[in-house]
Amino acid sequence: MKNNYTLVIGLEIHAQLQTKSKMFCTDAVQFGAEPNSLTSPISLGHPGAMPVVNKKAVEFAIKMGLACGCKINELNYFDRKNYFYPDLPKGYQTTQDKAPICVGGAVEIRSGNGEKKTVRLNRIHMEEDAGKLIHLEGNADSFIDLNRAGTPLIEIVTEPDLRSAGDASTFLMAIRKLVRYLEICDGNMEEGSFRCDANVSVMPTGSTEYGKKVEIKNMNSFRFVQKAIDFEFSRQCNLLENGAEILSETRMFSAETGETYAMRSKETMNDYRYFPDPDLQPIFVDEKWLNSIREKMPPLPAFLFEKFTSHYLLTENDATFLTENRETALYFEALCLSKIPAKISANWLMGTVQSYLRENNLEMNQFPISASSLGELIQLVLDNTISHTIAAGELFNQLVLSPETPPINLAEKLNLFQNSDEAFLKEAIDKILLQMPDKVAAYKSGKKGLLGLFMGELKKATQGKADPRLSSQLLERALN
Amino acid sequence: MNNFGSFSELRNVISSGKASVENLVADCLIRAKENIGLNAFLEIFEEESIKKAKEIDEKIGQKKSGRLAGLVVGIKDVFCYENHFLTGGSRILSGFKSQFTATAISRLIDEDAIVIGRQNCDEFAMGSSNENSGFGPVKNFIDKNRVPGGSSGGSAVAVQSGACHVSIASDTGGSIRQPAAFCGLVGLKPTYSRVSRHGLIAYGSSFDCVGPLTNSVEDAGLLLEIMSGADGFDSTCSRKPIDNYSLFNENDRKYKIGFLRTAFDSEGIQQEIRTELQKAFSFFQSQGHEVVAMDLPLLDYVLPTYYVLTTSEASSNLSRYDGIRFGARAVDAKDLEEVFKLSRSEGFGPEVQKRIMLGTFALSADYHEAYFTKAQKVRRLIQNSAKALFNNFDFFIMPTTPTTAFNVGEKSKDPLSMYLADIFTVWANLAGVPAINLPVGFDNEGLPIGIQVHSGFFEEKKLLSFSKSWMDFINASKENQL
Repeated sequence: MKNNYTLVIGLEIHAQLQTKSKMFCTDAVQFGAEPNSLTSPISLGHPGAMPVVNKKAVEFAIKMGLACGCKINELNYFDRKNYFYPDLPKGYQTTQDKAPICVGGAVEIRSGNGEKKTVRLNRIHMEEDAGKLIHLEGNADSFIDLNRAGTPLIEIVTEPDLRSAGDASTFLMAIRKLVRYLEICDGNMEEGSFRCDANVSVMPTGSTEYGKKVEIKNMNSFRFVQKAIDFEFSRQCNLLENGAEILSETRMFSAETGETYAMRSKETMNDYRYFPDPDLQPIFVDEKWLNSIREKMPPLPAFLFEKFTSHYLLTENDATFLTENRETALYFEALCLSKIPAKISANWLMGTVQSYLRENNLEMNQFPISASSLGELIQLVLDNTISHTIAAGELFNQLVLSPETPPINLAEKLNLFQNSDEAFLKEAIDKILLQMPDKVAAYKSGKKGLLGLFMGELKKATQGKADPRLSSQLLERALN
Repeated sequence: MNNFGSFSELRNVISSGKASVENLVADCLIRAKENIGLNAFLEIFEEESIKKAKEIDEKIGQKKSGRLAGLVVGIKDVFCYENHFLTGGSRILSGFKSQFTATAISRLIDEDAIVIGRQNCDEFAMGSSNENSGFGPVKNFIDKNRVPGGSSGGSAVAVQSGACHVSIASDTGGSIRQPAAFCGLVGLKPTYSRVSRHGLIAYGSSFDCVGPLTNSVEDAGLLLEIMSGADGFDSTCSRKPIDNYSLFNENDRKYKIGFLRTAFDSEGIQQEIRTELQKAFSFFQSQGHEVVAMDLPLLDYVLPTYYVLTTSEASSNLSRYDGIRFGARAVDAKDLEEVFKLSRSEGFGPEVQKRIMLGTFALSADYHEAYFTKAQKVRRLIQNSAKALFNNFDFFIMPTTPTTAFNVGEKSKDPLSMYLADIFTVWANLAGVPAINLPVGFDNEGLPIGIQVHSGFFEEKKLLSFSKSWMDFINASKENQL
């Protein structure tokens, strides 16, 4: 049935900006502080209090605009969006309606099948967050925490260019990757610093006319975004198949049921009565300011992906992994700069480093070993001073514990240097071959694959310190 | 009543040792109490102002006092004053205390002005007669059956009755100049953005101006000089350098002065006011100025434009009074919606509710284009025409009000005629230009007549010098008559 319909999705993504202070006042921005401790007459909406724009927040919004190829509106201004709610102290949200800071732009994603797709942006605008209502179990009262009220946000609004729940989720990840690269938002969906609403509609396949759109809210993980959209797709297709009408409404996603449900219609019937906020001057972004922000732009994932595949000649899979976050990408480049071959650097990051991070539940920015120190360690392997097994095992584990100590000193202290003593190795090999006459016979009759087995035995016998190149030479000589 | 001409006289009294600051404050307190029935004050800071006076007397002794040492200031109750109650003339703010002090007020305090009390006003500065206060009407000191004008009626009457030397008030559509006219005072609305709005309760944010009500043009200049200038707390406040408004240069420059033509012969304007305007016209002509009777472009559109835009802004500005975080909350509200609805229905007076509804309507999706957007366009035209006018003219003069102070209750049942009382004052707020009310004479019943002088944007210095020389002439001829 779904084959007869095309799913059309547009996303509205809210990203809390990681500024020190709020959008229009000096209150600190911080998650998890004591309720209402981060407030002031301005964020509480006291009479006579006036907003003053946080310039850093404007710069962050411009950075995101530049990263997405948006046009930066030279003259943009704030509007008031009027509605009553206890978490909205002024009775209006200061946001940008008519003249947002960024217009247009696009972000490229790779669909599940590897196909490249371009998702156009409608706009990126700045606004302030609302506070939070708190309901305590067993207490009928509602409590209000206004710490979040006034936190700067950017809202990234796409055109209805997405065609599957998977693509929507991929796009959302791409945006999160960008805000993290730009260091303007921590991208944490659970804490709500990165949020997404979806506008979903369906149309008969082949049609060019969009169906009635339904807005879905309350999806606080990537998985829920996919789930909610998939559910909505089925629901809308079912309605149409049964000849029913789709209502333009706002629906909430329930994580418990995996379904969406309609909000009370009252809550969706707001007339926000937008008008330009007379308490704020329009923001003028001149060429000078724009250039100074341009100069501060970090390398972005798309650029690095291109560089890693064409300059460092990595595979697309490797490049995708390494550009997943800024820290890994920069670490990789630093390893390459310390003369470690790109492929070897990539393998270390994707193998040893990645398993360490995963086992210890850490992020790349928490990885204790500096790139130069890890570079020294890898160099010991490349110089045949230490075997790869030992380097990636014991030495790596020790280096994690004392990251300040030069790897070579650690190796010396722990006696991890590779054994290249020909007489010693020869004796060990002879001993092993003597113990396995049947395997030796099999090898000689053509089972060349058994070489690995002998090497493994030798490693065991030498606690991994046997120089692998020399060992295999000696082994082959002994066998032939 | 006003037994001093300007603050410089009071300073002389203090420096000659004839009176201390404490004496001056005590004098004001006596007058304030004598006239408590005028309802000009919502709160008098008696102990606090006497204590402050003693401190300033000491500072004067040590020659460490500020420029306003000895000046007793009343503030319209729309200004935040740290740790003091603030009502905006409304019951909805009951119990609310400010957590900071408005920039304009703190600049005066820094120069050793003494704040003697909070003054009654129309609720949220909405009104032309001070009959809309949540705390009862204010009466005109000259005649208790007359209104003092609004919305800064309490501020005008306090100066008029000698309960303070000057008042600081707000002017959104004439709220300083109209009561100044009704009470015989100088009332200055500076250029929009000249004085910071930080700490001023917002009514129509793109119109609201802070200014003084004084006995003299000199005092208006002195206060403006101290209050104006850039403010980190109000990003809309102008960064233009301030002039030394308190210095008045004698000059015999000849100006080009426009007069509102229709004001000379319009039936709607009280005869004596027309006569005063004619006298002014002839006087300036005789002084060698070029005087021109002219029409004010778009005058017919001024009131509707003003009311659409200010009520729109007000409907949003007053949304914060919702019973949630401060002020009055309806006790019998059963759910969230009732907290909002009942608190606001009980807390706001009828005029404020009317304006909130008007503004909500003008901004609503179906009427936004027809009202708000259209009014914004007209305002732009008015601003452009004002620019053009002052490219060609130095000053523009028209009456401040069509009549002198009307009777209490006379217009409160007829909102349109009440709104018409603002016809000459709202133009300056729409355009943003400075305007000053000058008390030029009295009508046959002895009620003050005010004439209003406008100048180009940020030309307060010129406006004040011109006003002073005119008032000097008027005061001199009054003395001659005596």
